[in-house]
Amino acid sequence: MDAIADRPKTYKYGFVTDVETEKFPKGLSEEVVRAISARKNEPDFLLEFRLNAFRWWKEQEPPRWAHVEFPPIDFQDIHYYAAPKSMEDAPQSLDDVDPELLRTFDRLGIPLHEREQLADVAVDAVFDSVSVGTTHQDILAEMGVIFCSFSEAAQKHPELIKKYLGTVVPPRDNFYAALNSAVFSDGSFVFVPKGVQCPIDLSTYFRINASKTGQFERTLIVCEEGASVSYVEGCTAPVRDENQLHAAIVELVALDDASIKYSTVQNWYGGDEQGRGGIYNFVVKRGRCEGARSKISWTQVEAGSAITWKYPSVILKGDDSVGEFYSVALTNNRMQADTGTKMVHIGKNTSSTIISKGISCDQSKNSYRGLVKVTPGASGARNYSQCDSMLVGDGCEANTFPYLEIHNQGAVIEHEATTSRISDEQLFYLQSRGLDSEAAISLLVNGFCKEVFRTLPLEFSVEAVKLLEMKLEDSVG
Amino acid sequence: MLKIRDLKARVVDGPEILKGIDLDVKAGEIHALMGPNGSGKSTLSRVLAGHPDYEVTGGTVEFEVDREPQNLLAMEAHERACAGVFLAFQYPVEVAGVSNTVFLRAAFNAICKAQGAAPIDAFDFRELLAEKLELIGMDASYLERPVNLDFSGGEKKRNEILQMAVLAPRLAILDETDSGLDVDSLRIVSEGVKKLSTPDNATLMITHYQRMLQHITPDIVHVLMDGRIVKTGDHTLAEAVETRGYDWVREAA
Ligand SMILES: Nc1ncnc2c1ncn2[C@@H]1O[C@H](COP(=O)(O)OP(=O)(O)O)[C@@H](O)[C@H]1O
Ligand SMILES: [Mg+2]
Repeated sequence: MDAIADRPKTYKYGFVTDVETEKFPKGLSEEVVRAISARKNEPDFLLEFRLNAFRWWKEQEPPRWAHVEFPPIDFQDIHYYAAPKSMEDAPQSLDDVDPELLRTFDRLGIPLHEREQLADVAVDAVFDSVSVGTTHQDILAEMGVIFCSFSEAAQKHPELIKKYLGTVVPPRDNFYAALNSAVFSDGSFVFVPKGVQCPIDLSTYFRINASKTGQFERTLIVCEEGASVSYVEGCTAPVRDENQLHAAIVELVALDDASIKYSTVQNWYGGDEQGRGGIYNFVVKRGRCEGARSKISWTQVEAGSAITWKYPSVILKGDDSVGEFYSVALTNNRMQADTGTKMVHIGKNTSSTIISKGISCDQSKNSYRGLVKVTPGASGARNYSQCDSMLVGDGCEANTFPYLEIHNQGAVIEHEATTSRISDEQLFYLQSRGLDSEAAISLLVNGFCKEVFRTLPLEFSVEAVKLLEMKLEDSVG
Repeated sequence: MLKIRDLKARVVDGPEILKGIDLDVKAGEIHALMGPNGSGKSTLSRVLAGHPDYEVTGGTVEFEVDREPQNLLAMEAHERACAGVFLAFQYPVEVAGVSNTVFLRAAFNAICKAQGAAPIDAFDFRELLAEKLELIGMDASYLERPVNLDFSGGEKKRNEILQMAVLAPRLAILDETDSGLDVDSLRIVSEGVKKLSTPDNATLMITHYQRMLQHITPDIVHVLMDGRIVKTGDHTLAEAVETRGYDWVREAA
C-alpha cells in the first residue's frame, strides 16, 4: 500500500494494492481488440461484435454536449486491459485467489472468504479488468439463477449472451457505447429464469487499481417472465493525480411481469480540491421493459468521480410497464455531474417516475438532464418528475434540463422542481436545539434525500447516508 | 443560574453591538428584557446561544450546570443547548424535508444523550408530544409538516414554544415571541409559558413592548439601550416604559 497520508482524508478507499499486473500496451487498435478477445478465449461472435463496434467508433468524434468541461481525452494514452498476474490462469475457486486481492476487498468492506461473506448478498468482485470471484454461486444455481462474471458467462452461456447482448444498447448507440463494446473487459451477468424470485441481493463491486488504465465493464441482467431480482453496484478507485476513464455499459431486459431493481452507490475518487485527478465516469445504462407489466427501477447515489455523465434509462415497450429513476447526485470540490434519465413510453398505459436530488457543494457543477418521450401509440402514458437541487455554499452551480417529447394527446405529465440552500442560519437553528453539526447535516441530507434512500436495500441505504454525510461535512464544516 | 459580566460583542469584524452587559438570572425567576429596535436584544440572545456570526470581545458569561458555574462562552451552540439553554428565535428558520416530529425527537434524544439519559422510543415520544401540543393549543397536524415551512408568522412562534415545551430547558430565552401572535394565540402561548415555569428553571423574555407582559408578570425588568442595560426594576418598570416611552428611560438613566 502506498503512502497517501497527505491526500484527501475523507476518501478512505484511496489506497493502491501492490500486485503484479499484466497490462496491454497503451493505445487502441484492431489488434488490441483482438488481443482482449483472445485473452478471454471468447467465441467468434463476440470478437465480431467487438470489431463491428470498433470500426464504427474509429470514425466517430467524442460528443461534447454535456454541461461539463474537460480536456480532450487521448484514447491512445490508455491501457485497455489490466489484470493481476495471479489471475492469469483463472483460479478455480475463491480459495485459489491471491490473498492480496482478497485483502483489498476486505478493506473495502466486501469480504469474499466463505466464513465472512455477507449473508444476504451475493458479490461479484471485479478488480481492474477481471472478476476475482463471485460468492454464493451454488445457492443461486440451485434456483437456476446465473450470477457470474461476464467472461465466465461468455464461456458457459454463450447462447444467452448472443441472444441479449447489445439488444438494449446497440454497439453503435453512441461514442462511448461503441468504445465499451469494442474493449469491454469484465462485469457481471445475471439471468433469472421464468418465475424465479431471486432470494438474495446480487451485487458487483468494481475496483480500479492499475494506473493509466481504463475500466470498461459490461453488465447484462435478464429477467424472464415473472422473475425478479435486486442488484447493487458499488465502486471505488485509488487517489491519483491523473484522470482515469470508466466507460461502462449496463443493459437490463425484463420480460412479461418481470421486475429488476438496480441500485448504484458510486464513490469513485472525485479529485482533490483543485480538481486534480479523479475518475471520468461515462456510463450508458439502459433497461428495456420488453414484456407486459414489467418493471425496471434505477436507484443511484452518485457521490464520487471527477465527472459523472450518465442517464440510466428505461424503454417502456410492454403494455402497463413501469419505469422508475431515483437519484441522489452529490458533487463537491470541483466535481462535475451531468446526470438524469430517459423514459421512453411505447406500450399502452405505461408509467414512469423520476425523483432526482442534486446536492452541489464548493466549486462543483451539478446538472439534471432528463427526457420524457411519449410515442404516438403510447396511450394512457403517465410520468411524474420531481427534480430538487440543494446548494451548499456560494461557488457551486445547479441546473435542470428537462426535455419533453409528447406525441400522444392523452399523456399525463407532471413536473416539479425546487432549489434550496443549506444556510448557516439553518445549521445554527438545528445546533441550538442540541444537534452537533454532524447530526444537523445528517438530518438535513436525510430529509432532502429520503424519497431516494427509501428505495435502496437497507444496508446500502445506511452506507449511502454515511457516505453523503462524510462528503458534506468537509464542505460545510 | 446565569451570570453575565461586562459582556461585549460584535458581528465578526463589525462595530460593537453589546457594549458591556451585566445581568443575573436566578432559578425560578422570570425576567423581561425591553428595549427599542436595534438596541441589541437579539444580539444578546444569539450570543448567549452561541451564534457563529458574533464575536465576544470582552466580559464573561457563567451558566450553572449541576450547580457548578461553567463558562458558557467556551461551549459550542449544541453544547449550550444540551446544558439547558434554549432560544426561541425572533425569526424561526424553515427546514424543508425534515418533519417537526423527526426534528424534535432528534433534538430530544441528542439532549438525553448528552445528559447521560436513555433515548426515548417513538411511542413514548408521541405521548409526550400530545401533552405538550395541548399545553400550547397546537394542532397535531403540524407535527408531520416540515419544520416551519410555509408556517404563518404566528405558527412559527408557537412552534418555537412547542420546542421549548418538549426540550424543557433550564434557561429559556424568548426573543419577541409575542410579535406575530394574534390576541387569542398570545393568551394561550403565554399561559403555556407560565405553566412551563418552575422553581428550577428561568425565563428571559425579550420584547420591545408590553403585550406579553400583560399575561406573564415578570419578576425583574431590564431596559437595554444601545448595547447597555440602562435600567432595571420590577414589573412597574415595564408599565412605565409603555406609557412614557424609551426616551423617558434614557433621560432618567
Ligand atoms: N448579523 C448581523 N450583521 C450585521 N449587523 C447586525 C447583525 N446582527 C445585528 N446587527 C446590528 O446590531 C444592532 C442590534 O441588532 P439586534 O440585536 O437585532 O437588535 P434588537 O433585537 O434589539 O432589535 C442593529 O443595528 C443591527 O443592525
Ligand atoms: Mg430583535
